[in-house]
Amino acid sequence: MLSRAADSLFWLARYMERMDNVARLLEAAQSMSGMTEGVEEWVSALVATGCDESYEEKHGAVMREKATHYLAADLENPSSLLSCLEAARTNARAMRTALTSDMWDAVNGSWLEARRLSGPAFTPERIGETIDWVKSVGTRFYGAYAGTMLRNEVYWFTRLGTFIERADNTARILDVKYHLLLPRDEGVGGAQDYYQWTSILRAVSAVRAYQWVYRTEVKPWNIAELLILRPEMPRSLRACYDEIDSALNQIAASHTGRRGECHRLAGEIAAQLRYGRVEDIFRIGLHEYLTDMIERTAKVGDEVRGFYMR
Amino acid sequence: MFDEMYEAEGAPRAPYAGVARWLEALNVEALRMKRDEAERLFRRIGITFAVYTEGGDPERLIPYDLVPRVLAASEWSHLEKGLKQRVRALNAFIGDVYGKQEILKAGKVPEGLILQNPALTAPMHGLKVAGGVYTHIAGIDLVRTGADDFYVLEDNCRTPSGVSYMLENRAVMMRLFPEFFATAGVEPVARYPERLLRALQSVAPPYCGGEPNVVVLTPGQYNSAYYEHSFLADEMGIELVEGADLVVEDDVVYTRTTQGLTRVDVIYRRIDDDFLDPEVFREDSALGVPGLMRAYRAGNVTITNAVGAGIADDKAVYVYVPEMVRFYLGEEPILKNVPTFQCGKADEMSHVLANLHELVVKETRGSGGYGMLIGPQATKAERSAFAKKIKADPDAYIAQPTLALSTCPTFVDSGVAPRHVDLRPFVLCGADTIDIVPGGLTRVAIREGSLVVNSSQGGGTKDTWVLRANGGA
Repeated sequence: MLSRAADSLFWLARYMERMDNVARLLEAAQSMSGMTEGVEEWVSALVATGCDESYEEKHGAVMREKATHYLAADLENPSSLLSCLEAARTNARAMRTALTSDMWDAVNGSWLEARRLSGPAFTPERIGETIDWVKSVGTRFYGAYAGTMLRNEVYWFTRLGTFIERADNTARILDVKYHLLLPRDEGVGGAQDYYQWTSILRAVSAVRAYQWVYRTEVKPWNIAELLILRPEMPRSLRACYDEIDSALNQIAASHTGRRGECHRLAGEIAAQLRYGRVEDIFRIGLHEYLTDMIERTAKVGDEVRGFYMR
Repeated sequence: MFDEMYEAEGAPRAPYAGVARWLEALNVEALRMKRDEAERLFRRIGITFAVYTEGGDPERLIPYDLVPRVLAASEWSHLEKGLKQRVRALNAFIGDVYGKQEILKAGKVPEGLILQNPALTAPMHGLKVAGGVYTHIAGIDLVRTGADDFYVLEDNCRTPSGVSYMLENRAVMMRLFPEFFATAGVEPVARYPERLLRALQSVAPPYCGGEPNVVVLTPGQYNSAYYEHSFLADEMGIELVEGADLVVEDDVVYTRTTQGLTRVDVIYRRIDDDFLDPEVFREDSALGVPGLMRAYRAGNVTITNAVGAGIADDKAVYVYVPEMVRFYLGEEPILKNVPTFQCGKADEMSHVLANLHELVVKETRGSGGYGMLIGPQATKAERSAFAKKIKADPDAYIAQPTLALSTCPTFVDSGVAPRHVDLRPFVLCGADTIDIVPGGLTRVAIREGSLVVNSSQGGGTKDTWVLRANGGA
């Protein structure tokens, strides 16, 4: 396939996934705002999407209403829901021939619907509905490509985009929330408010999943294990890297086995996640571990582009 | 004025009998609902047409009219013969102009008109193109003024667009009115992409042993016809590429792919000549491919339509197409030209200037309905301003009588009313075949009384039905 097509599909999938993640962060923040007076949730959502500084420049202090709008609708914020959808659609349109008509319909149809959303849809009162809609958009896109794409490299590059983005997002959400929620004078495992801990789970839609896996009260190290090492958790780093590794192997197989640094690095990370233990992660320091993971994930993305897309 | 449904009071003409019954059974409200549904479908599919100069929504829809335009089998077979003949002559002419120039030597076409024409492309002289084909996809614009009176209004031998509307209009029509369509006995158009691909493959360079690698070259997603480019590539199952996806090494063209460089044999380009190769044409072109003309001249790639084919689109050259048919084919032309005055000839110019109020004046190199004067509808001031332009550069203008274009029933705000239409069938020329899908693009002037059907000027489109020989509507 054309290098540019691989690049466009990779970014199309990344932006759709990013939009979905921002929606979940917004939802978590929204659901917490009834329980606390503070704005930590909003701060964490801004930090996790990497737009805390640009927000501050524009609006100053973090306020619920402004943060909601900034994360959902502001086109100056490249991570806002609408910006992600716009960027996704631009990539889709640039390579329409590589998309199935169902995929195009999912992206373009959503983009058309988004054009009809007005200001009130992004206020704290109405954002819940909008978030539900965005999540359905993400699901629709994912379903369209899982259900209609030929299983050739076009498909595997799309999947690669989805899971590299998801790995990055999960690592960021865990990192930001874990430390933000931790009181300065208490170590991990101190007496924490149940709601605050579950907000991490909520941001990755895993409250029920936690109960099914652990059947015990919410404990910080379990949360870390669930989001990093558990293969059955679909947004865990482990699950993401299993997919990344497998997609890269599929692409190599369709190219007479040709491999590069991206294959080695993804394989290495996948193996470490497969055989890693949560105690060891805490020994290194969770923050250090996650920072390293975010950097290495970015490196995988760069290597993929260097190897296939120029 | 000739109305294609009601020639006279009373019963509709035979080909429109089905349409008339169908319209009777529908009320305005139902039509309006269907029209809204059609618009939603077009938006969803993304069939938009960008007209950047107008401001407003850069991705706007071309108005789609629900009422089909119908041609009887006998009408079509006449047109089909005439179109094939005309396009054969046009191909022979372009090849001759870049070869031995026999038609000039024979004095059938004035030398000056060709040799001084800016559309004449020097790098094409003496180049042997695969299969001897220059215009692989020709869009011939036809108008009708009576039951048996069809005229060719202009020839588009460069890169005619609009075929995606022919196909999508049909798809939408079938989706909106399946029962009506099922009983109407209409020739299908859906095989166009596969026939196009076959024509493109047939002109692959001679060395090409295996299945030729054909690509569609687009200026990119901000081009007004980008939807069509992607649609055709998708329907043919071939790559849609931009200039940056192509690279020329040792006079061979390659695409950049995830597996490295892949050789290209045929390029269906939707980029104008000027932008194709910055080494030869416009240096500032970022859309093209440096070295493409070297590869073309070396015979390592086929460019469709051929570079320089635009010489045949000149509206002064148009005057001589019937002569071309006689000269190259030894036949009498089946399709008529509109009588045309060349302002470049002194006596014809004075006639034009004296009769501006009855004539349509066009730039010889214009297209898309820009730069034209419709005398009867222009103000006095507009006419005298135009007269000045003609006197300043007579060669740049031709004039034609204002034709009473036929009308078809069209759904407008006030209900169903007659509106003027034209027709652009698409003629496909392969190495040994010439092929036309029965139908074409019918454009309709939505404004009452308007004769301008160009989509860049607010015209709309209709599904075009050619009825099967036995058992039509």
